[in-house]
Amino acid sequence: MYAFDIERPTTVAEAVAALKDEDAQALSGGQTLIPTLKQRLASPSKLVSLSGIAETKGVSADGGTVTVGGGTTHAAVAAGASAYPALAALAGGIGDPAVRNRGTIGGSVANNDPAACYPAAVLGSGATVVTNAREIAADDYFQGMFTTALDEGEIITAVKFPVPEKAAYIKFEQPASRFALVGVFVAKYADGVRVAVTGASEEGVFRWTEAEAALSGNFSAGALDGLSVSADGMISDLHGTGAYRAHLVAVLTKRAVAAAG
Amino acid sequence: MPKDHGIGASQKRREDVRFLTGAGQYTDDINVHGQAYVYFLRSDVAHGKINSIDTAAASAMPGVVRIFTGADFEGVGGLPCGWQVTDKHGEAMKEPAHPVLAQGKVRHVGDPIAAVVADSLEQARNAAEAIDVDIEELPAVVDMKAALNAGATKVHDDLSDNLCYDWQFGTDTETVDAAFAAAAHVTKLELRNNRLVANPMEPRVALGEYNRAKDESTLYTTSQNPHVIRLLMGAFVLGIPEHKLRVVAPDVGGGFGTKIFHYAEEAFCTFASRKINRAVKWTSSRSEAFMSDAHGRDHVSTIELALDADNNFTALRTDTYANMGAYLSTFASCTPTWLHGTLMAGNYKTPAVQVNVKAVFTNTVPVDAYRGAGRPEATFQLERVIDKAARELGVDPIKLRRQNFITSFPYATPVAVEYDTGDYNATMDKMEELMDIPGFAARRAASEAKGKLRGLGINCFIEACGIAPSNLVGQLGARAGLYDAATVRVNATGSISVMVGAHSHGQGHETVFPQVVAEMLGIDESMIDIVHGDSSKIPFGMGTYGSRSLAVCGSAMVRATEKIINKAKKIAAHLMEASEADIELKDGQFSVAGTDKSVAWGDVTLAAYVPHNYPLEDIEPGLEETAFYDPANFTYPAGAYACEVEVDPDTGKVTIEKFVSADDFGNVVNPMIVEGQVHGGIAQGIGQALLENCAYDENGQLLSASYMDYAMPRASDLPHMANYTVDHSCQTPCTHNPLGVKGCGEAGAIGSPPTVVNAVLDALNSAGHKVAHIDMPVSPSRVWEAMNS
Repeated sequence: MYAFDIERPTTVAEAVAALKDEDAQALSGGQTLIPTLKQRLASPSKLVSLSGIAETKGVSADGGTVTVGGGTTHAAVAAGASAYPALAALAGGIGDPAVRNRGTIGGSVANNDPAACYPAAVLGSGATVVTNAREIAADDYFQGMFTTALDEGEIITAVKFPVPEKAAYIKFEQPASRFALVGVFVAKYADGVRVAVTGASEEGVFRWTEAEAALSGNFSAGALDGLSVSADGMISDLHGTGAYRAHLVAVLTKRAVAAAG
Repeated sequence: MPKDHGIGASQKRREDVRFLTGAGQYTDDINVHGQAYVYFLRSDVAHGKINSIDTAAASAMPGVVRIFTGADFEGVGGLPCGWQVTDKHGEAMKEPAHPVLAQGKVRHVGDPIAAVVADSLEQARNAAEAIDVDIEELPAVVDMKAALNAGATKVHDDLSDNLCYDWQFGTDTETVDAAFAAAAHVTKLELRNNRLVANPMEPRVALGEYNRAKDESTLYTTSQNPHVIRLLMGAFVLGIPEHKLRVVAPDVGGGFGTKIFHYAEEAFCTFASRKINRAVKWTSSRSEAFMSDAHGRDHVSTIELALDADNNFTALRTDTYANMGAYLSTFASCTPTWLHGTLMAGNYKTPAVQVNVKAVFTNTVPVDAYRGAGRPEATFQLERVIDKAARELGVDPIKLRRQNFITSFPYATPVAVEYDTGDYNATMDKMEELMDIPGFAARRAASEAKGKLRGLGINCFIEACGIAPSNLVGQLGARAGLYDAATVRVNATGSISVMVGAHSHGQGHETVFPQVVAEMLGIDESMIDIVHGDSSKIPFGMGTYGSRSLAVCGSAMVRATEKIINKAKKIAAHLMEASEADIELKDGQFSVAGTDKSVAWGDVTLAAYVPHNYPLEDIEPGLEETAFYDPANFTYPAGAYACEVEVDPDTGKVTIEKFVSADDFGNVVNPMIVEGQVHGGIAQGIGQALLENCAYDENGQLLSASYMDYAMPRASDLPHMANYTVDHSCQTPCTHNPLGVKGCGEAGAIGSPPTVVNAVLDALNSAGHKVAHIDMPVSPSRVWEAMNS
């Protein structure tokens, strides 16, 4: 790890100000950034820790919306998002206890790892990503592997999830990292069904629109019979070919529908 | 009522108290006043010519003491190989130089180019980044068969090609060919034994300390065999005589074979500490471990089995490519030959067996022995081809095996070894009973009702352990003896220190060895400690690997204890004014047969050290004896294993539902520890079968270089303990060592991989998927592809 300065702001405004410095880097739960620093793969001159900002922590439910503060840990979501059980279950299945008690939703969504779980929930719920500057619809937010709509120095302060009628997330774990080899989040709303897939695509999380259309008419696993996604653009690596991942998308979507009940 | 003392007692491991309370003393816990730290700059290309290394700027950086490169090791020995294999033409294997730091070329990702010694590790690492290395990247040789093509890039320019040796062993070609020509059925299988990374919990560490006043060096290191390291490093690399070199391997957190070998970092720290007159410490990061610890397995084989019309095995022929990596690690040459070819007969009376092995240099990390070492590779081939034959012939795989079992002992195989004893039908019977084979159909039906496929896998194995008779291995090319040694030092008040050549790095020697001595003397184990791991304290032993500790070093300890008893009886006879022939030792009391006269153990030991009333004219004072023990033969543990898997046909995911091992380890000293060894071995075997995969890309980049991509088995990957039965009740004691023990450390890792793969193939084929084989790891992706190709 290279030497760096660290600031510990206690408000979002202070954090935004601190991040204006050149080479400053926001640090949330550090579950990706700290290992990266330890491997000397990044050398920010200054880290701005977001972990002391009380206003970005916590889970609240109000009028059909669950709002999760950007600095809320996965463990806190697992314990506190009872108004959105599928979201709580997803958070409770990320990594291991050490990861869940440090990692935050804001950090995960800002990083947008193509195999992370949270992007599937955010996109699958049509959630809104709230930053210090604006609100961004999930459909506009995810822009490819490790790429988002966030500007330099912009901080996720909360994510607002509309609570669906039914939802479930099914993850098939990569055997080593236990990230999602493929993960599918299905959510049924009054105005239609959303299906978001993580782990599979070289473009990161995506919506499987054909499945959404089929399920919006008939929310049952059988409605997906005969549907498949193309293996083109799917990740192919040691743990599975693109064809295998494409196959898993269909299998897991059915299972998610069944689990959503 | 189970025994609670001596041989046969499941005593809790006394060493666990310190391990579980954080009081273990591992190499990294040892710090020497003023020590410096070394960081190795390692190659990030698989193959390249070093044009220049400029250390000027780096040397001027804060805290840097000195930077070493290959040039500093001109005239210093390279890392030696401990076993010379002679090829089928009578030629010695090719043995390329293995410099401590790269000279001229780098040959694998991780090959050390330079070593920065600094006041702190961070400073060393900073300076390493400032070293300007000009490397001209060369094409990498990764695939073994391609490496042998004419015109292939050479890993070592001074060798004629990348072939280390072409070895043939066993029955002559004419006889084997005739048997295949006459066969009613031939089954052929091509398979790969996947490359593994051992991943002991404790990474390797080396701390070299030089005492200029005495001109002595001490190396603290994570080794399974400190005397072997002292011999290799002192005599072959650095030229330090034994009396000026001490090697200490303190608590070691797992070895699995990968800590047998003499590594460059050990030699470097010892060498550098002498150059700078300051201790030098290196602690491997986990990332470094992936690219510098010797890897395991990596064989590509073709095996053919010939059967007659009655399904008797008539001949077996194998052709293996064994990956050596870029350099020959200490015992690399021996693993695919003498630890592999000699076991190819397995448990079967196949009259003709021929083994061919081509060892190949590639631009990958050196490959050497890993838990089982050669024997898992032999077992995997043999038991997979038998299973395939059973399926092709439509016969019960248990029946086919039983029909071909060796049933009379001793048995000389066509591949040079003589099994002293065994009862393969007994372990098969036990396995069938514990597995409840008749209940399988109902369990399969229950799985099918849940939409899962269920398979039953059967496997038998034999291994050669208790390594090894020195005169035999000497003929086979070993450059060392493989005896072991123990000194039993009885103290004045009767307590005992036993100095042993074996090294415990998880095996539980500190518990088990005292059980044996306590049984022999009739005293309590709490009076006995063992001392191990320090060449200045223990006799010259060869360390721990090949399931040898109890069979070889334990035998030395028995011999030394017998000498103690003989001498103590002389002292007791003197004290009781009786004839030595009438002295009996029972429960720690010496008595005169037929009388009520007795003296206690402590009276005798005190007399030995306070010899006021003592037969000084006949025997010396003191009570300390040493024995060296060289085994007459290998030991041959064997077993029958079975497992049941469920396969999710939609995802290809395999789960192990039930596992049974029925092992014959001969006599067992501590059943709990034996069961723990087998549990652990099976977990490693399941890891190999389902999860672990050390993979390189075509450029020689290590793809599985961290736990993000290298999948280690976890508790949740194993069957529930209620369905995980480890049995060792079938016991045919070894006929040639005093304890009748065979060794249990590797069995689980040898027996389990084919068991699991056979089960998966049974599940698929029984469900109508015609799948002949799936290479390990049998990952969900591979299973799904096999089902859908």
